[in-house]
Amino acid sequence: MYKLMMQGNQACAHGAIVAGCRFFAGYPITPSSEIAEELSLLLPLVGGRFIQMEDEIASMAAIIGASLTGCKVMTATSGPGFSLKQENIGYACEAEIPCVIINIQRGGPSTGSPTMTSQEDFMQSRWGTHGDHNIIVLSPSSVQETFELTITAFNLSEKFRTPVILLSDEIVGHMTEKVILPDPDEVKIYDRKKPEVSPQDYLAYQFTEDGIPPMADFGSGYRYHVTGLIHDQTGFPTNDSNEIKKIKDRWMKKMIKGEKDIILTESIHTDDMDYLIIAYGSSARCAKRVVKIAREQGKKFGLLKLTTLWPFPDQIISRLTDKVKQVIVPEMNQGQAIREVKRVVGGKIPVVGVNRYDGEAMKPEDILTVINKL
Amino acid sequence: MMQDIIHQYLRPSKKFPHVWCPGCGDGIVLSAIVRAIHSLGKSKNETVLVSGIGCSSRAPVYVDFPALHGTHGRALAFATGIKMANPELTVVVITGDGDGLAIGGNHFIHACRRNIDITAVVFNNSIYGMTGGQYSPTMKVNDYGATAPYGNIERPFDVCDLASAAGANFVARATAYHAIMLEKFIKMGIAKKGLSIIDVITPCPTLYSFYNKAGKNIDMMESIRDRTITIQKAEQLSDAEKEDKIVVGIFANRDFPEYTGIYSDLMERAKRSVKDEELL
Ligand SMILES: Cc1ncc(C[n+]2csc(CCOP(=O)(O)OP(=O)(O)O)c2C)c(N)n1
Ligand code: SF4
Repeated sequence: MYKLMMQGNQACAHGAIVAGCRFFAGYPITPSSEIAEELSLLLPLVGGRFIQMEDEIASMAAIIGASLTGCKVMTATSGPGFSLKQENIGYACEAEIPCVIINIQRGGPSTGSPTMTSQEDFMQSRWGTHGDHNIIVLSPSSVQETFELTITAFNLSEKFRTPVILLSDEIVGHMTEKVILPDPDEVKIYDRKKPEVSPQDYLAYQFTEDGIPPMADFGSGYRYHVTGLIHDQTGFPTNDSNEIKKIKDRWMKKMIKGEKDIILTESIHTDDMDYLIIAYGSSARCAKRVVKIAREQGKKFGLLKLTTLWPFPDQIISRLTDKVKQVIVPEMNQGQAIREVKRVVGGKIPVVGVNRYDGEAMKPEDILTVINKL
Repeated sequence: MMQDIIHQYLRPSKKFPHVWCPGCGDGIVLSAIVRAIHSLGKSKNETVLVSGIGCSSRAPVYVDFPALHGTHGRALAFATGIKMANPELTVVVITGDGDGLAIGGNHFIHACRRNIDITAVVFNNSIYGMTGGQYSPTMKVNDYGATAPYGNIERPFDVCDLASAAGANFVARATAYHAIMLEKFIKMGIAKKGLSIIDVITPCPTLYSFYNKAGKNIDMMESIRDRTITIQKAEQLSDAEKEDKIVVGIFANRDFPEYTGIYSDLMERAKRSVKDEELL
């Protein structure tokens, strides 16, 4: 175990190495570049490889190619680059390629506010690529959590054969705090399921009980076809409407079956509360402080911190909002997660947003001003 | 004999009939790729085909190799990741002129610049086949296409000039008519360490011909044959005389250092420069 001071982006790079990442492709963009810089230094030392591609589209394509050889892979970006990655994030969803995408959010749209913070990509992280698809999105609110969730992102992507997005923000990415790095053998690492059948019997997209087909490495003797076209169990394109529905149902099923592993939240004072704050990322740090201040004033506030943003934790929110008078959703955008909260709450109690979208961090006073009026 | 070889490489699992029109040149080019791989004694397991989107990019579905049919224009970027993560694999990219030179143009020049050990075969029919005959970046001025009803006004890329200038180690052009020459160039390209570009002039007797009244496959093949000249011959002609010609031959054959090899050296250097304790 080591204790040291580290920047969020550095912690992300170190988490990736511990998780087993051995290939990174990226394109520089503020405020994410330190991740690429750190990995250009670390990867060659552990037998891994780093490449700076010509753009984010190529970076995303390169990590998908590398993942198919059996390698754990990652890319990192922000706003404009995240938009460019969407094309091949969709490919990774369609072809079920394990990979990790880091988005250190900045303000948008377009070039927006490169050096300032935001949580404006909450919806894009879920729906950025076209078409029905499933994806996992995690959100850290500290440097320690960045380290840990980067590892979790790799584990979930390997386990569920899916891209996983770590949706951080400029504050968490650029802050320096104390981190405790565990001994590598204390860290739980999950590797993708490999086929147990012979190459002749291998179906690259087999309908298994858990909905997750075993994945063979390119070059290992299993010669199969990977495509972004909708395909059947063999991996070849199909226009058969039964097959199209079947594979889409399987994608949905594997996520629903995996919810126990995938959905991560943290509850503070939710056993005994009148008001619930639901927050994520750097806003959740601020919300923690607000709950403490409110409690000191005798107001019964609780916090649900969303660590997994997508799939959205419907059941947990539905349960917690049964016993409160009101829900407060602070976020650094004009109101994105609040739409989901409102959908889940379904009008049974009021849901109010606290929104900052001026590039500055959410402050406790921003939330306190709202709750003092309650 | 040729057929025996091809049959060894067709996927045992279905996938026929293929998507190509009767008379399309794409099958000839795919056949040359397979024969080149075969004659180099490359193992099926360790040869990966990577393609983008287009009629030509459908090729990997039919032959028995590990294959990645990617997104439009990105084949070289996917291939770069595969080759970087496992430099032992032989990586062959199949791309079209639209796929490789329009939407994929940036990846094309940067793959050449890095000189990574990949062989890319450009199925160059100077039209967008899959989407219905729109003009492509290799279409000649004044040819017609679905989006060039008054004639194409854009100057075409010369794929070989572009690849040579961008730094690829091996650059050659052949045609679907000259299948033996084509096989030889692909073979040389795969054997070469570094990036190899093989530009293949191939007929689209369905759409190119529809818009340009180029006749049936046989007419297009005869036209390709009649217009083909060697690099040596081309050197004696004026620009005006070369206008309509297809210049075949080897445009670059050199030995700039190859990217994955340079990276392996970097890994050694990095390890020597840092002590293990400093790692984590
Ligand atoms: C991002 C994106 N844009 C557009 C398309 C539509 N599209 C499919 S194939 C193609 C052109 C293919 O032309 P070419 O590469 O010359 O191949 P050919 O079909 O002639 O073999 C286009 C524009 C697409 N699939 N993806
Ligand atoms: S449209 Fe042209 S390129 Fe496409 S399969 Fe038909 S002949 Fe070949």
